[in-house]
Amino acid sequence: MSESIKALTMPKWGLSMKEGKVASWLMQEGTSISPGNEVLEVETEKISSAVESSEGGVLRRIVAQEGETLPVGALLGVIAGANDTSEAIDAFVAEFQKNYVPPADDDHDSGPKTQVIEVKGRAIRYLRQGDGGTPLILIHGFGGDLNNWLFNQESLAAKRTVISFDLPGHGQSSKQVGNANFGELTQVVYDVMDALSVPKAHLAGHSMGGAIAIDMALAHPGRVASLTLIAPAGLGPEINGGYIDGFIEATGRRDIKPHLEQLFANAELVSRQMINDILAYKRLDGVDAALRALRDKIFPGGKQATVLREKLGSLSMPIQVIWGEGDAIVPAKQAQGLPASVKVHVLKGAGHMPQMEAAAEVNKLIEAQLG
Amino acid sequence: MQLSKADLLKAYRMMKTIREFEERLHVEFATGEIPGFVHLYAGEEASATGFCMHLDGRDKIASTHRGHGHSIGKGCDVDAMMAEIYGKKSGLCGGKGGSMHIADLDKGMLGANGIVGGGPPLICGAGLAAKVLKTGGVAIAFVGDGAFNQGTTAESLNLASVWRLPCLFVVENNGYAEATSSKYSVSCDDFTDRAAAYSMPGIAVDGHDFFAVYEAAGEAIKRARSGGGPSLIEVKLNRYYGHFEGDAQTYRGVDEVKNIRATKDCLVLFRRRVEGAKLLDASELNKIDADVMAQIENAVKKAKAAPKPTAADLMTDVYVSY
Amino acid sequence: MARKITYQQAINEALSQEMSRDPRVIIMGEDVAGGAGTDGEDEAWGGVLGVTKGLYKKFGDRVMDTPITESAFIGAAVGAATAGLRPVAELMFIDFMGVCLDQIFNQAAKFRYMFGGKAETPVVIRTMYGAGFRAAAQHSQCLYPVFTHIPGLKVVMPATPYDAKGLLIQAIRDNDPVIFCEHKVLYTLEGDVPEEPYTIPFGEASVVREGKDVTIVTLGRMVHMATEAADNLAKQGIKCEVIDLRTTSPMDEDTILESVENTGRLVVVDEAHPRCNIATDVSALVADKAFDSLKAPIKMVTGPHVPVPFSDVLEDLYIPNAAKIEAAVRLVMGKKN
Repeated sequence: MSESIKALTMPKWGLSMKEGKVASWLMQEGTSISPGNEVLEVETEKISSAVESSEGGVLRRIVAQEGETLPVGALLGVIAGANDTSEAIDAFVAEFQKNYVPPADDDHDSGPKTQVIEVKGRAIRYLRQGDGGTPLILIHGFGGDLNNWLFNQESLAAKRTVISFDLPGHGQSSKQVGNANFGELTQVVYDVMDALSVPKAHLAGHSMGGAIAIDMALAHPGRVASLTLIAPAGLGPEINGGYIDGFIEATGRRDIKPHLEQLFANAELVSRQMINDILAYKRLDGVDAALRALRDKIFPGGKQATVLREKLGSLSMPIQVIWGEGDAIVPAKQAQGLPASVKVHVLKGAGHMPQMEAAAEVNKLIEAQLG
Repeated sequence: MQLSKADLLKAYRMMKTIREFEERLHVEFATGEIPGFVHLYAGEEASATGFCMHLDGRDKIASTHRGHGHSIGKGCDVDAMMAEIYGKKSGLCGGKGGSMHIADLDKGMLGANGIVGGGPPLICGAGLAAKVLKTGGVAIAFVGDGAFNQGTTAESLNLASVWRLPCLFVVENNGYAEATSSKYSVSCDDFTDRAAAYSMPGIAVDGHDFFAVYEAAGEAIKRARSGGGPSLIEVKLNRYYGHFEGDAQTYRGVDEVKNIRATKDCLVLFRRRVEGAKLLDASELNKIDADVMAQIENAVKKAKAAPKPTAADLMTDVYVSY
Repeated sequence: MARKITYQQAINEALSQEMSRDPRVIIMGEDVAGGAGTDGEDEAWGGVLGVTKGLYKKFGDRVMDTPITESAFIGAAVGAATAGLRPVAELMFIDFMGVCLDQIFNQAAKFRYMFGGKAETPVVIRTMYGAGFRAAAQHSQCLYPVFTHIPGLKVVMPATPYDAKGLLIQAIRDNDPVIFCEHKVLYTLEGDVPEEPYTIPFGEASVVREGKDVTIVTLGRMVHMATEAADNLAKQGIKCEVIDLRTTSPMDEDTILESVENTGRLVVVDEAHPRCNIATDVSALVADKAFDSLKAPIKMVTGPHVPVPFSDVLEDLYIPNAAKIEAAVRLVMGKKN
């Protein structure tokens, strides 16, 4: 069997994905593919996204038809050299299907597992994937959690250790936010690095997490190898205070949905499951108080309290800013006029969540900076 | 009260039948073949027998969730009872009732009852019917120490008294309402203290002693039949098994049941008394033992082999079905 | 952290966490500890099926065994609620409502209204319902429609461990009487449940399957029958939207109506007897408010109009199942069975 024949399979996005539906093929049979190209769109109960090929070659065979729902790991298509015979590809498909075992329904051991560490009296949930190199730490934003990186972490972990975690007051970490200011949250990043024995890391922060990443680099420059700031806070006073208040005040599906839709350029990405997950989080004891405390300190009166923009120039590590052009939460115009040392990427067709809406591009940009 | 030899044999057979029925169910339940909740009467046989020996076709009883003994005492068919407990179509209730709802109204058995305290109001009604229709019948509500605290029981005691009904309220106090001690849950030390509040006689009796129960029952039933009104009788006894089959009984003292079985078993006491007084010989009693064993064996065999109800049976026995 | 625990453990955890949080929360019921006054263990049962096990050891006298006197202790829980406690009373089987109903529907339910809005009655009555245990006619009923009928009561019907915990905490924190109905067959069901306390608001249905062809509205144990049916039907190309009401009072009318407006077809699944149950109530709602959206008559799948039979074959026939639901869905889809 030719070594150039490779399977394109149903990806596992996040911890709970069991199956996905083939929404549409973005490429036809016979198209040449480079690694990182988006080949098809897959919908899950949480979100839809494009599947990238990690291989180069020619899309020789489309196996999964549009509309088909398949378990994680199932064969979607075959990428091979232009010269591989169709008999060889038939044989590859037959062999794959013969050996493929769908993950058991109650298979708790499949996929990566989050862990919890105690950090200065707080339980912090984190997910470590990959091995080696200078680790990359992913810091989510206000109201988010480590699942915000579900399209990024596994892909980025191919070359290095990648750690995502839930900030205090978020996800499944402790809900005590202390002073609820950047200093407090930056200290958590520092403590998490210590607790996980990470002397130095690349930081990627989204939204409020971006501002935390900047604050961490300013406070402990020796421990930060690079910064990737995605739709970051901290670069200007403007922020969509209506979104933050709406997110806090909403108690049910109907009232939170319009707020969540502001996060994405494509509002249809806000699935029922995404809403349910966010409501389940907001209904945990302590979350409401934590979110209000963070808002009051970090985004009082619908403005950002701390603008670190002027200090970026003083940092010597590589810095890049990635923004969705249609960001309705933190305006993309804040990407303008940054120091020349800061690389700026404004992505078309993305809103405030480019790491989800334009995952392939964001992953590529992070890879590029990390080398 | 004089018991003939035939009465003594009948009483022993009744007690032994109840005992064997229950002991066998205890074994069979553990195999998993019997569905639902089963509450066994083993240990309490002298009570049902002591009362039921006085009853005839005019009389009615209402029982509890622990109802097999009363059913056998009132003459329910043992094979049909067993089949009912196995959920078979040939069961006394066609498989629709099960252990907790065994009833045979033709026999004056108004039902085992899944509701604690469900029986006493019904027995007021049965007593009222006997009084109005002048049948000469009496009506007996058997309840446990749990039901003795129910409002329905308190209300029934009052009603039976003010209407002077031919009723008996027999509280079989086995010391436990499920897992809770009657010492904790019943406000008075002597259950019979409550009788005075309802202007009726209150009698306490040792429920391990068939003769004591028989005598007390006889007095109260005579009084009821002759228009003297209701009585409250506390029968102090013990159950050998849990509240229901599967109850590990960790609330009971170590060796509690073992000691009771060794010293107070109603069948052993009965045999000792009648053999000691040369009223019956061991061989006569042994023969009853053998008969009963065979009868229960046969009942289990038949129950196991009997067919279950069918889909058509689901919608029968209701006035209207949808 | 979320982890898998059973429905029964979720209920126990909700009680434990609320008792830790609020000293006014007390528990009472028959054998909720079990063993009161005996020579053996003082927490021999922890509830007849062990749901409250461990709470007596943790909270001592705040977990009270009662005599078998439902009228008295349910009434006492109601009274205690009006006087500053937040009692959770266990009415062991919902079938026992008959011996205490006055305390619930004439007393607890009416205080707020009857006393001109001045009274709060933060009492929770936990109770087991439903068939499947071969427990026969007096220990297997649904009866939640009776409570749903009564203004002043909130009626909660969790189908999953997650919902059981969140809805019970909500119930305990709620200032009105709540009838919290636990299906005995679900006690061993496992599911993801956060360790932290959390609440789920009443009157918010959960959409457990999304689909465009048929809306299935259901509740309690039937949610699992309905999702099984929906998953089978999905393989045949029929996409069902399965709505778990979670609470029957208040009821999330919007989610039902929105869904029926999208699908145009409604099957309602309810374990209760067919007359005056939740299925008839939902059907009436849709007939009243979304009639023009309907492309087919509404179908109901319910238990029959007979008491719950004892014999296993009869009880199995009695309980609605996935096959009956699938047949109803195919019928409203205009397909032959």
